[in-house]
Amino acid sequence: MPRIRVEVDGATYEDDVEPRLLLVHYLRERLGKVGTPVGCDTTNCGACTVLLDGLSVKSCSVLAVQADGRDVTTIEGLGAGGPHPLQRAFHEEHGLQCGYCTPGMIIAALDLLRENPDPSDAEIREGLEGNLCRCTGYQNIVRSVRRAAGDMRRPAQEQEAAS
Amino acid sequence: MTATEIGSARRRSEDARLVTGRTRWTDNIAPAGTLHVAFLRSPHAHARIERVDTSGARGRPNVVAVFSGADLADEQGSLPCAWVVTDDMKHPEHPPMAVREVRYVGEPVACVVARDRTAAVDALEEIDVDYAPLPAVVDMDAAVADGADLVHGDLGTNESYTWVFENGDLDAAMRDAPVVLERRYVQQRLIPTAMEPRSVVCVPEGDEFTLYSATQIPHILRLMLATVTGVPEHRLRVVAPDVGGGFGSKLQVYGEEVLALLLARRLGRPVKWTESRSEGNMTVHHGRDQIQRLTLAAEADGRIRGLKVDLLADMGAYLMLVTPGIPLLGAFMFNGIYKMDAYSFTCTGVFTTKTPTDAYRGAGRPEATYAIERLMDELAAELGLDPIEVRRRNWIRHEEFPYDTIAGLTYDSGNYEAATEQALRLLEYDKLRAEQADRRDRRDPVQLGIGVSTFTEMCGLAPSRVLGSLSYGAGGWEHASVRMLPSGKVEVVTGSSAHGQGHETAWAQIAADRLGVPFDDVKVLHGDTAVSPKGMDTYGSRSLAVGGVALYSACDKVVEKAKKVAAHLLEASEDDIEFTGGRFGVRGVPDSGTTIQEVATAAFAAHDLPDGVEPSLDSDATFDPDNFSFPHGTHLCAAEVDTETGMVKIRKYVAVDDVGKVVNPLIVEGQVHGGLAQGIAQALFEEAVYDADGNLTTTTMADYLIPSAADLPEFVTDRTETPATSNPLGVKGVGEAGTIASTPAVVNAIVDALRPFGVSDVPMPCTPERVWRALRGESARDTAEPGAGGGLGSIGGAR
Repeated sequence: MPRIRVEVDGATYEDDVEPRLLLVHYLRERLGKVGTPVGCDTTNCGACTVLLDGLSVKSCSVLAVQADGRDVTTIEGLGAGGPHPLQRAFHEEHGLQCGYCTPGMIIAALDLLRENPDPSDAEIREGLEGNLCRCTGYQNIVRSVRRAAGDMRRPAQEQEAAS
Repeated sequence: MTATEIGSARRRSEDARLVTGRTRWTDNIAPAGTLHVAFLRSPHAHARIERVDTSGARGRPNVVAVFSGADLADEQGSLPCAWVVTDDMKHPEHPPMAVREVRYVGEPVACVVARDRTAAVDALEEIDVDYAPLPAVVDMDAAVADGADLVHGDLGTNESYTWVFENGDLDAAMRDAPVVLERRYVQQRLIPTAMEPRSVVCVPEGDEFTLYSATQIPHILRLMLATVTGVPEHRLRVVAPDVGGGFGSKLQVYGEEVLALLLARRLGRPVKWTESRSEGNMTVHHGRDQIQRLTLAAEADGRIRGLKVDLLADMGAYLMLVTPGIPLLGAFMFNGIYKMDAYSFTCTGVFTTKTPTDAYRGAGRPEATYAIERLMDELAAELGLDPIEVRRRNWIRHEEFPYDTIAGLTYDSGNYEAATEQALRLLEYDKLRAEQADRRDRRDPVQLGIGVSTFTEMCGLAPSRVLGSLSYGAGGWEHASVRMLPSGKVEVVTGSSAHGQGHETAWAQIAADRLGVPFDDVKVLHGDTAVSPKGMDTYGSRSLAVGGVALYSACDKVVEKAKKVAAHLLEASEDDIEFTGGRFGVRGVPDSGTTIQEVATAAFAAHDLPDGVEPSLDSDATFDPDNFSFPHGTHLCAAEVDTETGMVKIRKYVAVDDVGKVVNPLIVEGQVHGGLAQGIAQALFEEAVYDADGNLTTTTMADYLIPSAADLPEFVTDRTETPATSNPLGVKGVGEAGTIASTPAVVNAIVDALRPFGVSDVPMPCTPERVWRALRGESARDTAEPGAGGGLGSIGGAR
């Protein structure tokens, strides 16, 4: 079994893994990082989105071995010193109901705002097309991301925390 | 007492854990020593099981046990149906794992229990099953025709029941009516698709069991599991942890839940199962799926005389918990908000070799609302009237409430005029009608349509007496208790457990107001039968209108008791005690007083209580209203339809809902948004498709299209407020309203855009291809999937 070394939310893990093991199952079952949920098995829903070396990926479409030597950020790694602006904005704008899609939605939004710090509503909607929500009708998710974008553009130290 | 929390758009307390991933989904729960279950499922829509050989799987690494349906036949029982709608309803046995015959693709046949999920899934491949295929029964019309192949051979028919309601003289209403419309609409089959897949974990502790499940109904589930498995109810605890959406699909007793309990009992170890999405699409109960034959008779001025409704409702292969009752919930709603002289409703429940159907957001009412709201637009077109005007001539006027409807309900309150005026203003109706006329004149390839939906629904599913008269197996009351802790903090317990609606916030708001304590001092407990001793759970938009009201009265009981203690402590007569903002004062003695928290402490210490008052400050209450509640509203949709490509774009969507008094406007708005998304999705995107052999071809999210952010518009939402009179809070319920109202609004808009081309119907979902075909006069047949759901389209056709 291949041995991998992965940095997840600031801690280093070394494990022997089956080559077929998906990153999301490695995170959930081996590391106990259950903040990242699984919503489908065809990479359609985006619930399991995490950052891999700073870029968003659906962790059900990445093998654990592909994360070897790389850096993973999950929802549990955000907001160490208080809520991240996106976490705060989702709360303020009621951007979640059951909350199952929320970790993936926040991580995907983080990557979206890295690429485009001042997106239009249409750009937010397009940017989050790969993340499905069944509760909110998306309207408040769009508002949340718009609000977080504003908050993140303002103070420099928060911008840094987000990247 | 001044209320400041009720009505305030407070941000939700639930969010803190949800936005940080510190949640307790069932799939996050894995006690030490947990064994994992995987199910082998039928690849046939219908087949006899000749032989199941599990020996190959038993020898696989890390496999602990393997069972076929036959292995568990003696103890697995039959899954319950709690709604026996007629005395002679056909109600076949429904084993959690099939024993002799499979009747839909995905039905479980055998299971592997292993040390990890991968090992369990791998070992499924080593199970050999010999099937003798039998004819699939896919199409409802064919299923009820003479000589049809049978789903359950021993029943001799595919008809489970026929249920009839009649009021008024329909023959007289139809006779010589100036206008008679006949239409046939199809409610396509939908897959509820909660984001959280189903999951269950059962932990044995001696002869007691704790079962965690992603369920909407922990209390009902406990009772049903006890009945099915023989595990005594008091030795079984059911916990619904954080639940990631349900929309009705988790209002169920699933075979996998029964089997998790049986396997945990047999093996003496925690047992866990979590579905994959493709497994879920085949086995989570589906929704809708009706063929509606409708006849509406009206006067020349548009006034409705009578309505006749004939339904075929697809039950799927088996009756689940409330399967047969779902179409009946529509029986009371086909008349909508309109007055008429006669009404007749007949529903036949039909067995097919497909996944069973049951409640999906709105449950029966979206189907009914779709039919009447489509018919109202058809009537307007027939008479050359504006669709708003036709509705105005028929609806119950504000001053006529309470109103006894032709379908036998009493609508307690409503103001259809106000909601409609508001919606027309927000849409800029006249301006858009002018633009529509202009586009028609110009023969613009992109036509504009305006769809109207003026709806009401019955919700707050409760009056136990009424549910009993409909042969529903349980009551509809709800329970709450309030415990003031010795420190003055408050724990609130509700029998209604949430799956994303925000109970923890709304219930705390009610308690904070009624008890006069800070919001943050209230903790709401729910979803655990060991914590919440009784309840009827969450469905039918009943949580606030029944459960929230139970809390309201439990709080009042606490205040009443506290008042006695306060009077004693303050050495005053109870009659002189005033309670304001959490403080008991003595009338006319401004300096004296005590807080409810101080009273709680004193009641806990019990050193000096008045005679006859028991220690501690707590109370519980149940509420069983004497009527349903009836949210209503007006939804308007303006859609642009490209006549060259069939593409539909919602240009503007306005929803004005009246949900009575509002506890938290933020939560209400969110519920409306989500409901709209699901209703619009039925109109435009979603359909569970079966091929002629009974294979579900939409097993994944790649095939079953739920809308993304890019597929939906920004909604314009607003409210009018006409309090319900059936409960002291004046609340009505909001969970299903958006879904119920929006589907006909969207389809009416599409048809409105295309009427100049002779189009009078487009079958749902109105995909570009179907719109394009309707424009070319091909609306009477669904050509995409031969055999799928029967002929989609309309009778009465293009004019």
